[in-house]
Amino acid sequence: MDWGYFAIRGSRCWPQKHPSGPNVQRTMPLLTQQIQDDDDQYSLVASLDNVRNLSTILKAIHFREHATCFATKNGIKVTVENAKCVQANAFIQAGIFQEFKVQEESVTFRINLTVLLDCLSIFGSSPMPGTLTALRMCYQGDGYPLMLFLEEGGVVTVCKINTQEPEETLDFDFCSTNVINKIILQSEGLREAFSELDMTSEVLQITMSPDKPYFRLSTFGNAGSSHLDYPKDSDLMEAFHCNQTQVNRYKISLLKPSTKALVLSCKVSIRTDNRGFLSLQYMIRNEDGQICFVEYYCCPDEEVPESESSI
Amino acid sequence: MKFRGKIVDGACLNHFTRISNMIAKLAKTCTLRISPDKLNFILCDKLANGGVSMWCELEQENFFSEFQMEGFSAENNEIYLELTSENLSRALKTAQNARALKIKLTNKHFPCLTVSVELFSMSSSTRIATHDIPIKVIPRKLWKDLQEPMVPDPDVSIYLPVLKTMKSVVEKMKNISSHLVVEANRDGELNLKIETELVCVTTHFKDLGNPPLASESTSQDRNPEHMAEVHIDIRKLLQFLAGQQVNPTKALCMHRICHSGKKTLLLRVETNETYKVRILESLSIRWHHMAESSLFTMGPTWMRINQCL
Repeated sequence: MDWGYFAIRGSRCWPQKHPSGPNVQRTMPLLTQQIQDDDDQYSLVASLDNVRNLSTILKAIHFREHATCFATKNGIKVTVENAKCVQANAFIQAGIFQEFKVQEESVTFRINLTVLLDCLSIFGSSPMPGTLTALRMCYQGDGYPLMLFLEEGGVVTVCKINTQEPEETLDFDFCSTNVINKIILQSEGLREAFSELDMTSEVLQITMSPDKPYFRLSTFGNAGSSHLDYPKDSDLMEAFHCNQTQVNRYKISLLKPSTKALVLSCKVSIRTDNRGFLSLQYMIRNEDGQICFVEYYCCPDEEVPESESSI
Repeated sequence: MKFRGKIVDGACLNHFTRISNMIAKLAKTCTLRISPDKLNFILCDKLANGGVSMWCELEQENFFSEFQMEGFSAENNEIYLELTSENLSRALKTAQNARALKIKLTNKHFPCLTVSVELFSMSSSTRIATHDIPIKVIPRKLWKDLQEPMVPDPDVSIYLPVLKTMKSVVEKMKNISSHLVVEANRDGELNLKIETELVCVTTHFKDLGNPPLASESTSQDRNPEHMAEVHIDIRKLLQFLAGQQVNPTKALCMHRICHSGKKTLLLRVETNETYKVRILESLSIRWHHMAESSLFTMGPTWMRINQCL
């Protein structure tokens, strides 16, 4: 199985084939019909029958206050960065939305993600069964606020969130041709390991190798070191393509936020390239069975001392 | 002064417990007023910038199977006590599934409200848990501060939406802003609105219905679509919403009153007729003057939505 690879910029950031689930045609909420005619003035218009299909994915990358949104006709990419070392991208394909229109080549803006999430979940994070919150999202262009129209059971909430000029996002230049090692795991295999990471350790060391120990997670904390090995033929291992032994360390504080995405995901692809950069791709199935991706890039910590790299 | 009461009905006990829980959530200390036919829980928080006051009334005969009291004097046949509301709710915690509950005014070195809970047991012997809640008897001369608040004619009176929905909306708004604008009109529309530099959020409720006006004196010529508005502290509104454990029936209403330059939001909860519980809470409001034209600065799209609501 091969997932489409995402590059950071441009149209290549979308998978070749949209792995979308059943696209159920629903009746359009009252709200969306009313404002249909005003569409022309907006550079971005998107409607969703179930707002949670968007808010859940955004929660998975919510580890910093601000995010950059980047929309093309293929969908929306939302990027969050920290310390110039880690970047998280959430991809919401156009197919997830019931309506998705982008008037320009691309639309980019920066927004307060905390406020956006509060607005998206204004009717509660865990709605009563059988009730869906519909969303219509409009953006006119630079300097204009992002408008959200949310409707649940006849109650309408209008949000006007101010946007900022986009800041340049990091280019990790993570190219699939430079990938040395790649593992696809069922997320449950990694979930416990990540939620119980020894946070007294400054780093998480990831070993990927064609030979034993194949795939190892190590921490070096106050209470001693711990190693967690995954055998190559484990049931959790969906794919194992390791060409060369790599031992890299990543700041645990930077990787820990990815647990949010891990918890939601069903599968995770772990890749490292020739520079030791790490890419974690999480496959997330939403309530309608459609698939979205969240991706974390992280640069490696300092060089691993020689003595520890030879296992 | 004497007081003793007994509750034996399970449903009454349960309801009484829930009311005491709700009061504990709303007020740290409260006044309990005992009169021959009523029990009142009273909270008077008189702060300059808007406090919460509460008037909760229970018809004695809807709760108690036995009720005896002897007040301050024959002319003033009432008792006023001050107690820590959490103590009462904690004492009643065990009473939710009890066989009977007795409440008695006692003097054990200091004045107490003694709550005895008779618990079910498998054997023939019964178990009784007794709590002595220290109280302060409020002297006659201070009673005048604890009288039922006057409720002047409201500008607008409207039924509230489902409290669960309203609570989740207000909760999220609290994350963004500390103040909230409540708008309502006589056409059954209620808006909750916050505005900060970063974001402006408005939730529109419609078709809520307005309770019939009590008196003819209020300005009948008022345009039904005209919005009356108050600015309130979100935390206080949330405290009210979070405290609701009484499962109020539909009869909820809210008044907003212009009273000596200050605006007041009155939230009133009424449960079904069997219990005749009436809770009345008012939030005195810091009143910021706001030009009415500024309500419609959201542009044509918003206007159109507002019309379709």
